[in-house]
Amino acid sequence: MKEIIKKLTECFGPSGYEAAVRSCISAELPKGVEARVDAMGNLIVHKPAAGKGGRKVMVAAHMDEIGVVVTHVDQKGFLRFGNVGGVRLNPLMGGRVRFADGTIGVIGMEKVDDASRLPALEKFYIDVGAASPGDCPVKVGDVACFHRGFEQLGTRMVAKAMDDRVGCAVILQTLKVMEKSPNDLYFVFTVQEEVGLRGAATSGFGVEPEIAVAVDVTLTGDTPECPPMAVALGAGPTVKIKDGGMLAHAGVKDWLMRTAENAGIAYQREVLVAGTTDACAIQVSRAGVPSGCISIPTRFVHMPSEVVDAGDVEGAVKLLSAALSHPIDIGGEKS
Amino acid sequence: MLLEQLSEASGVSGHEEEVRALLLPAIRDRVDACRVDGIGNLIARKKAKGSSSLRVLVAAHMDEVGLMITLIEESGLLRFAKVGGIDDRVLPARTVLIGDKKIPGVIGVKPVHLSEKGEAEKVMEWKQLSIDIGASSKAEAERLVQRGDYAVFATEYRSMAADLSAWRTVQGKAFDDRAGCAILAELLSERQDFDLIAGFTVQEEVGLRGARVAAYAENPDVAVVVECTGANEVPTTRDVSPSTRLGCGPSITIRDNSFIADARLVELFTNVAVQRGIPHQFKQPNIGGTDAGAIHRSRAGVPSITIAVPARYIHSPAAIMDLNDFENTIALLREALPRLSGALTPLRRDA
Repeated sequence: MKEIIKKLTECFGPSGYEAAVRSCISAELPKGVEARVDAMGNLIVHKPAAGKGGRKVMVAAHMDEIGVVVTHVDQKGFLRFGNVGGVRLNPLMGGRVRFADGTIGVIGMEKVDDASRLPALEKFYIDVGAASPGDCPVKVGDVACFHRGFEQLGTRMVAKAMDDRVGCAVILQTLKVMEKSPNDLYFVFTVQEEVGLRGAATSGFGVEPEIAVAVDVTLTGDTPECPPMAVALGAGPTVKIKDGGMLAHAGVKDWLMRTAENAGIAYQREVLVAGTTDACAIQVSRAGVPSGCISIPTRFVHMPSEVVDAGDVEGAVKLLSAALSHPIDIGGEKS
Repeated sequence: MLLEQLSEASGVSGHEEEVRALLLPAIRDRVDACRVDGIGNLIARKKAKGSSSLRVLVAAHMDEVGLMITLIEESGLLRFAKVGGIDDRVLPARTVLIGDKKIPGVIGVKPVHLSEKGEAEKVMEWKQLSIDIGASSKAEAERLVQRGDYAVFATEYRSMAADLSAWRTVQGKAFDDRAGCAILAELLSERQDFDLIAGFTVQEEVGLRGARVAAYAENPDVAVVVECTGANEVPTTRDVSPSTRLGCGPSITIRDNSFIADARLVELFTNVAVQRGIPHQFKQPNIGGTDAGAIHRSRAGVPSITIAVPARYIHSPAAIMDLNDFENTIALLREALPRLSGALTPLRRDA
């Protein structure tokens, strides 16, 4: 899966501008598959049930990534910018960004009085090599992603936008490898997750699933002096129990854990203190959707170099395809 | 003039009756049907010329930021809470009108002579302030106002420097978003080639609440929000964005904190402005939010855009707006709306 992850992570796709990612995924879809783009730009792929008695399941991974948006071009051609999603300040200085047309910018910072503290975002600017607004190739409102290439580090893979192109790769691969399923499956590549789960809210309404599973990244607790979290890179994908925005449906969580145990797939139990995923929005769509989440443990989330383990990614594909290939029992009454 | 009446009307979020009462007679004869929904939105429909399956919601909010009386003290002074986003710095020494009877009051502040050293340099937090209606006791005050009454800034609509300036400025309160309401009422005089739904919404300032239910009920294909947005080009030494500038025409939102405008709509409005020579500007991204924030994520999603009249000092007792901007906003909408159906090319899988 290295090739597709490389291809997807190197695509340009800050929230609201996911067309290149959508195009890349579309080109990878199995021939003859039923796919459409909804009003918001979500790519919705339908794999109809083979046989009867299955459930209508929506699997979601988001195409968008965090980035920056130009708010002002000053008289000397420097750009002021705002965040698109949860941008961290630490890696900005000296970092590079890339605009849709390929323009590269370098991030600089005004002088600061107190070097021990990070200044506010307003103190940073982007240099695209322009000397005035007239020769600046970028205008107010243009968005950029962080500019970093994909690298392989042993069994680890590092790239910008692993969040959530690795999730896109997992559901795409699941769609490719899965044999017939008794379930009516919708693989949804969503937009605008990083700015408020907006694509998931609307596609969740449009698809109207009975059950939903998001595939996204989660944090780890295995790096030096990091906040404690019982998730480690390389120990398998996680099944979410709770995060900052949702409680996974107990029946969905049990179904995914049971599937992993029966199939002998290593998994980790995930409790994430902050942050959330598309499942949070889908869960409260319409009259409510039992929802859960499979996550890929990821180091340095929302930094320009996000690190995942290849085994965890393969494990997520195995877990998701095993879960979707068989009749689903999430307990309770079937509606 | 409708704008003047709308600006002077009291209509704090949750109590928009007076604004609705002005709008109803102004639009009734221009539309095919009118209703007030369960939360108070005024929704009007104007059918397409001929038949069309496209339904377009054009929305403007009726409510304004203001105050609510929370407690009547033994002294007869009134404690209050803020409704919507008001900066504490604009409150002291303002005159207000309370309740449907428009009881005049003053947000009291100690004279400079009586202020202690350092006191006058500090911003008073709203909780420390009270409204004085000239009542000498709680009993007296209770005859005029009651807990839960709304208060608005007592600001008359006025023209400014009309003969001196290239701008045609007016000052008043609540241009956010009575300017939008006046523009939307004006747009209803024309029949479009799509079904037009006019949504005069409630409770925008407290969380886009009216727009959310209006969008759900009307289920439009596209939405255009007409707003009034902050201009802040007053001189500064730093070369940073003024958000918008007065006198530079309607602002087109590319993204704000509540939504990302549909790129096809941004292109349409920009192209129309350029082709028709209508001055226009782009609002600084990542500032504020509008009804589009709720509408665009309604049901299965609604491609949306916000077009706004710039005004200085919004959310304060006296904003300043240029009528040229106001009229250019109407002009841009008049020119762009008829081209809306052609602009919505389907989003492609392989863009």
